[in-house]
Amino acid sequence: MIHKYTLNGYNIVIDTNSGAVHVFDDAPFDMLDYLEDSVPEIPPAKMLNTLSHKYDNETLNEAYDELRELYKIGQLYSSDDYEKYAKMMKGAPIKSMCLNIAHDCNLRCEYCFAAKGDFGRGRMLMPFEVAKKAIDFLIEKSEGRHNLEVDFFGGEPLMNFEVVKQVVNYARSIEKKHNKNFRFTITTNGLLLTDDKIDFINKEMSNCVLSLDGRKSVNDRLRVRVDGTGCYDQIVPKFQKLVSERGDKDYYARGTFTKYNLDFTNDVQHMVDLGFEQVSVEPVVSDINLDYSIKENDLPRVFEEYERLAKTIIHRKKEGREFNFFHFMLDLNQGPCAIKRLRGCSCGNEYIAVTPEGDIFPCHQFVGNDELKMGNVIDGTFNVNLKNEFALANIYSKPECKNCWAKFYCSGGCNANNFQYEGNIHKAHKISCELEKKRLECAIMIKAATAD
Amino acid sequence: MKQIKTINKANLKESAVKGGCGECQASCQSACKTSCTVANQKCENAKR
Repeated sequence: MIHKYTLNGYNIVIDTNSGAVHVFDDAPFDMLDYLEDSVPEIPPAKMLNTLSHKYDNETLNEAYDELRELYKIGQLYSSDDYEKYAKMMKGAPIKSMCLNIAHDCNLRCEYCFAAKGDFGRGRMLMPFEVAKKAIDFLIEKSEGRHNLEVDFFGGEPLMNFEVVKQVVNYARSIEKKHNKNFRFTITTNGLLLTDDKIDFINKEMSNCVLSLDGRKSVNDRLRVRVDGTGCYDQIVPKFQKLVSERGDKDYYARGTFTKYNLDFTNDVQHMVDLGFEQVSVEPVVSDINLDYSIKENDLPRVFEEYERLAKTIIHRKKEGREFNFFHFMLDLNQGPCAIKRLRGCSCGNEYIAVTPEGDIFPCHQFVGNDELKMGNVIDGTFNVNLKNEFALANIYSKPECKNCWAKFYCSGGCNANNFQYEGNIHKAHKISCELEKKRLECAIMIKAATAD
Repeated sequence: MKQIKTINKANLKESAVKGGCGECQASCQSACKTSCTVANQKCENAKR
């Protein structure tokens, strides 16, 4: 399987199953329209007849020889040999946990998927005893894994920061004994950041996600306090301080774009201008009936904007002023292995979320859906059958993914989106797919443009 | 090659043979929490 497209003047060809990416001149690019799943020794007559009106014989012969060469070395129309790995995920250890340390929030963001912070379950902070049990649960279920990821999430985690500190100290106190390496991430809206908290976060959190939607007018329209006022002026200086003192540790200034700011390149640029070089601005995930939702008829405009953003990135990179946009990050050479790529997000299997009550869900986005509650860390219950069901979600279990060129990049998408909007974790969420494919096309085009 | 420039050579098949150690992050942890892109993640396999 291949995918060919032209973007920003580059003819790009992706060989899905090998992962090879090529930039083609026009002649070999046109030839692909006459080939199906191989490059036969004898060129198709129809191809030569038609293209001889456009290119001379020498060009055509040379182009075909090059296609043959790629085919023979397995970089064009290579076979899909990976399905045998798809069932390997059953019985995988749990290695990652989203700790919903606060089901409460000091903001009331319009688009919050956590029902304004409490996930529809009532406002509550996680007691340390529950968090401790969650860490013990993770250690017990992670046999065979060394790196364990714990995300402090909410709601707003800083509303329960004393427990965050206790959890970090507890995990650090036992990690060596169990031969584990804890990596912590915290997601925060920034309102409660203080110098002490910044110091602790920069010391202990290997990643830090700072919620900011971009321009003040954009941010303050939807990211509002209980009284309806915006938070931009209060959070930006705190985020800047945190980032300036963070050294080389990971962080993201992370925003959401909605139908209200389809010109989100301006928000990305604004965030970069504020001093944030690691930026992630992502489409809102919401019921399509809401005013701010990204709908199918918005896609052409969003695609245009992703192209504008990609060109901005190329331009800045050439000027030596580059920044990193999370959804365009792609390591073509040393990215994840094929096995990781086919298994996808691993929610409910290698990754779980734990609520302040200790309830276990397949991921943070499933919290509140009691039908999919997997157990509880206090009473020690855990539904292995449900884990096994999630373990079978992979690109070969999803009919739309199996034959999609992007399958080894997106790996089947977000199972929670699939469940919420398509009713089934194995059915790809259409709008998310379209956005993902466009982002990948842009990301790969950036590689082509900056390889010049 | 004159008419085709390869940006990266195929490596997925090789990665399948040596891969699957499972030490990498779960996919949507690094920033997004609402979507999933696996290909932008780091490989943690020291033996790869």
